[in-house]
Amino acid sequence: MAVKLSYREYFKEDALPLMWCSGCGNGILLRAITDSLADLQIPPHQVVVSTGIGCWGKADDYMKTHAFHGSHGRALAFGTGIKLGNPDLHVIALMGDGDALAIGGNHFIHSARRNIDITAVVSNNFNYGMTGGQYSPTTPLSSKTTTSPIGVAEPAFDVCGLSEQCGANYVARTTAYHVTQMKRMITAAIQKKGFSVVEVLNTCPTHFGRRNIAGDPVSVMQYLKDITVNKSRYEKMDEEEKAKYLVTGELVNKDRPDFLSVYRELNPAASETGRGESK
Amino acid sequence: MSRPEGVQLMEGNHACAWGAIDAGARFYAGYPITPSSEIAEVCAHELPAYGGTYIQMEDEIGSIAAIIGASLSGRKSFTATSGPGFSLMQENLGVGIYQEVPCVIVNIQRVGPATGLATQPAQADVMQARWGTHGDHPIIALSPASVQEMYYLTIRAFNLSERFRIPVIILGDQVIGQTYENIILPDPASLDLVERKKPLVPPEDFLPYQPDENLVPPMAAYGDKHIVHASSTCHCETGYSNFKYGTNRQLLTRLKDKIYNYTDEIIEVEHFGPDDAEVTLISYGASSRVCKYVVGEAEKEGIRVNLLRLLTIWPFPDQEVREALGKTGAVVVAEMNQGQLIGEVNRVNASNTPVHLASGIDGELIRPEIIMTSIREAVK
Repeated sequence: MAVKLSYREYFKEDALPLMWCSGCGNGILLRAITDSLADLQIPPHQVVVSTGIGCWGKADDYMKTHAFHGSHGRALAFGTGIKLGNPDLHVIALMGDGDALAIGGNHFIHSARRNIDITAVVSNNFNYGMTGGQYSPTTPLSSKTTTSPIGVAEPAFDVCGLSEQCGANYVARTTAYHVTQMKRMITAAIQKKGFSVVEVLNTCPTHFGRRNIAGDPVSVMQYLKDITVNKSRYEKMDEEEKAKYLVTGELVNKDRPDFLSVYRELNPAASETGRGESK
Repeated sequence: MSRPEGVQLMEGNHACAWGAIDAGARFYAGYPITPSSEIAEVCAHELPAYGGTYIQMEDEIGSIAAIIGASLSGRKSFTATSGPGFSLMQENLGVGIYQEVPCVIVNIQRVGPATGLATQPAQADVMQARWGTHGDHPIIALSPASVQEMYYLTIRAFNLSERFRIPVIILGDQVIGQTYENIILPDPASLDLVERKKPLVPPEDFLPYQPDENLVPPMAAYGDKHIVHASSTCHCETGYSNFKYGTNRQLLTRLKDKIYNYTDEIIEVEHFGPDDAEVTLISYGASSRVCKYVVGEAEKEGIRVNLLRLLTIWPFPDQEVREALGKTGAVVVAEMNQGQLIGEVNRVNASNTPVHLASGIDGELIRPEIIMTSIREAVK
């Protein structure tokens, strides 16, 4: 019987310590991803992580799977080629909020529309952490950042709502506080055929936290708990109350055929592996 | 349409697509743009039958990203575009060069900047092909001058990209891309195709960026047990990011040397006309077709003219151009821009030969008269 894989088969322990700030939730998220891969017993060589640029974009430095670290905002576009080049691979795109929703917003919505079989894990810490704490498309309205000293004048994207509207097969939101839920969602997202999005609301004590909540990790973690409410409670709220919270939980779970299934159905000559020698 | 065979009346863009398919390309990602869209259309129509995949991406940024990804998954991949799209591809072109990803980017040049003349020819992306992406880097760019050559240079582009693990650019132009000419399509089995080297070491000993004796690292594919870590951050032989003093120097030096130590494998030129001439034309692509006509026209006026035609634009054929400069009375560089490659000609002009420009920027194939005017000036 094959040896059971542990998260250590995916996680590059000799790269420790993590480069992220004390109190950053990215380490928690990385552990949840590697635990999920171990739970699913997917051999590391059948996994490619495609990372963006930014704090969370550094995640590939700690992975022992195949990895691609490209340009800002393009993890899904590179991932699309990786997946279509070898459809047997599990492609996991690791992107921050600015990476996925601002510079990479176009790839994000089209990946969902196309329903490409990629798992997108969006670490949303409400600002651009790597560049010093500027506002991003998910910074809550009127929050203070280095580029919105009085308060940001733009409303935030609802990442999950956007994903749903664009056609993703699986959409879920959790936080760095809700570790068990996080792992459960990532496991489900990896198993789902088609485009799946797990938005993880994350801590950034160094920048967003310090300017809007408090600079200590515990306060920022508590904030994530305070601003979220799970789906069953959320659904019982009136509209006025709903507006105060971000809903967590599994928000979409369906089985619309993914891009490659449809492409192959329409082009029967396209071989299963895509490496056919039919001519 | 099944694969045409033998003598065919074919458009340059179609010849490019068939060259790619015959070279083994099985993945195309692109975004429609005039005057290159027919390449995408042939690929959309034909690739499924070859077990390949066509995808129309949301923009050219995504298109080049997807071909880089698919190449790392082990498939020969390419895209085609024109000026505006080529501009959008520049950042990720650098990713491909830095990560050493074989792929081919076809630029059917049109008049710019901006939207320019969207359906008219130019050769004004020559320096962009060389330096469009930020940072120090090498590049390979080829310039076809006929439909037949579009077919063969596309195959050559794939071969060079596989041999050197580098994106290769086809610098076509609207004239060559959309002209119909008779070409001969050979039996694909008769073609010499180059495949990237696979690692010979067991997976546990594999370092994805450890070069072989030719300075090129053997390449595993995503999905292989040889784990590949491809990073756009400064990296060492493991592929992981590395910020130690010396790593960047070592990487940039190797990336340059793997190309510039082997230019004899890359550079291709054609000599046309008499050996000894008062004036030598230096040209490439569609302009060089006009030059061949002008050689005869000049002879009628009693001026002995020959042509050095560059099939390889980058790396620039320093030695071949320097020799031509040393053997002639004057040089006329004929190109459809305000003077781009002429700067490179002047760079290698050790003999201080007079160099004139024949500049075609009228949104049409450069007229013979423009080149003749420069020749007459040169012999004055």
